[in-house]
Amino acid sequence: MSDAAAHRISPAPGDNSVAAFDVARVRADFPILAQEVFGQPLVYLDSAASAQTPRQVIEAMSSTYETCYANVHRGVHRMSQLTTDAFEGGREKVARFLNAGSAEEIVFTRNATEAFNLVANCFASAHLGEGDEVVISTLEHHANIVPWQMIRDRLGIALRIVPIDDAGNFLLDEYEALLGPRTKLVAVTHVSNALGTVVPIKKVIDLAHARSIPVLVDGCQAVPHIRVDVQALDADFYIFTGHKLYGPTGIGVLYGKRDLLNDLPPYQGGGEMISSVTFEKTTFKTAPHRFEAGTPPIVEAIGLGAAIDYVQSLGHEAIAAHESGLRTYAETRLAQVPGLHLVGTAQEKASIVSFVMDGAHPHDIGTIVDRAGVAVRTGHHCAQPLMQRLGVTATARASFGVYNTRAEVDVLAKALESIHKLFG
Amino acid sequence: MLDDLRELYQEVILDHGRNPRNLRNPPEANRHAHGHNPMCGDSVVVHATVDDAGIIRDVAFEGKGCAISVASASLMTEVLKGKTEAEATALFERFRDMCTNDNAGDPDDEELERLQVLSGVRQFPMRVKCATLAWHTLSAAMAGDGDVTTE
Repeated sequence: MSDAAAHRISPAPGDNSVAAFDVARVRADFPILAQEVFGQPLVYLDSAASAQTPRQVIEAMSSTYETCYANVHRGVHRMSQLTTDAFEGGREKVARFLNAGSAEEIVFTRNATEAFNLVANCFASAHLGEGDEVVISTLEHHANIVPWQMIRDRLGIALRIVPIDDAGNFLLDEYEALLGPRTKLVAVTHVSNALGTVVPIKKVIDLAHARSIPVLVDGCQAVPHIRVDVQALDADFYIFTGHKLYGPTGIGVLYGKRDLLNDLPPYQGGGEMISSVTFEKTTFKTAPHRFEAGTPPIVEAIGLGAAIDYVQSLGHEAIAAHESGLRTYAETRLAQVPGLHLVGTAQEKASIVSFVMDGAHPHDIGTIVDRAGVAVRTGHHCAQPLMQRLGVTATARASFGVYNTRAEVDVLAKALESIHKLFG
Repeated sequence: MLDDLRELYQEVILDHGRNPRNLRNPPEANRHAHGHNPMCGDSVVVHATVDDAGIIRDVAFEGKGCAISVASASLMTEVLKGKTEAEATALFERFRDMCTNDNAGDPDDEELERLQVLSGVRQFPMRVKCATLAWHTLSAAMAGDGDVTTE
């Protein structure tokens, strides 16, 4: 599979799915969009931090609590069986969503951060020693930096950092040069949360695999926008989180190839992850349950399944076309705002637009547009090394989801123009 | 919309934000601290000169940040000269009260009156840390702590 086929970010020439995408109907699915902020309609441009939740997900979760709830994998009683079926049904949906080989390759975690910590700790126990190297990139979120630094300080491994250019492009040649005999794992993002850069992940994986190095992919910002096929990518580990995919908080996903997962020791000990326990010895289940100690996020898994159904009902191609149109419109429209500079102009981008303004700090921008009802993220986006590389302490970031419109981009642009009136 | 915002971004704040006073690192300074706001990544370094009698002779700062944090640091450097450490601490407490407490009384002295332009942050709770970062940093400098965060 080519990178272009794996990403499908841009609509094909003649693609009319933007017209086919009924944003008004989509907006009607999100109850929160009826809210006002400071007397203005909510303009929610912070989906990259957390997407809003459609009523289909809310209803799937409340109906679980109201009609079919018990602990899973525990009881012989009817409710436990039905809830187990629904919970494992959520896992099946995730497996199909990623085109995983089987549902046994899908581990549920508390969030994406826990999935990174799981891989970092278990992979380190099994495979890393002093002098070994893990390759990450300048684009990473702190969740894919800090766990590795903690392993580094514990075991004496080294982190190698793939550089980017000034536009925020991932530099493939420099990446390849970092792969050496001590490289034991590559852990990189699919899409930058701060800039929207789409990393050529298929090439990243192929170059690592040519040297028998496994690859962990941070897919948190990718799965809401891009159809991801972990088998076509040949990703070894792929992580995403529920709440950026229009699902609930409290659930993250770790996909891992079955053999790789079963090569890892358990993460946390407890109930659910064991085969048998005596005071002398415990034997562990195979993946995924060996990594799911304790009562899992049951209702969240069902909600995540409903979110996947929802996204698939809209269609990834239609979503990508809609969001790509919004992103290019926003880049053009915001560029007309006096003193505004876009940060991150990579060749291929997801629907994230980061920017700074002359004479106005991102926090001032965030406060000012908030009064116009516009929610944008301001700050370092949990990517401080990336901010340092770009020579800024912070940016303002507008990120778009299925429910956003060009009219909302105009509201943002007008609010940004008012900053000049205020700041003179 | 702009009325609310003008309450926060008063002309004095915009002026100090654009042209901060005492933005320097005097060689004679003998109290230093680095303050950091993890939420936005902003940081400020405060340099104070305290004489043998415990009087603050000079306060200066370095750093970049939002209009609120820079203006607050700038105003702070102007109101502290000639104060004792105890007076500076007391002023910080009253300033923090002014930034967070809707029922804070009217300022009863000249220094607090000068700082009152920052009281608009009361309506913007997410921004209180911006207004107090420099003050937290000054406290750390006085206490001999090198680093402080607003968390």
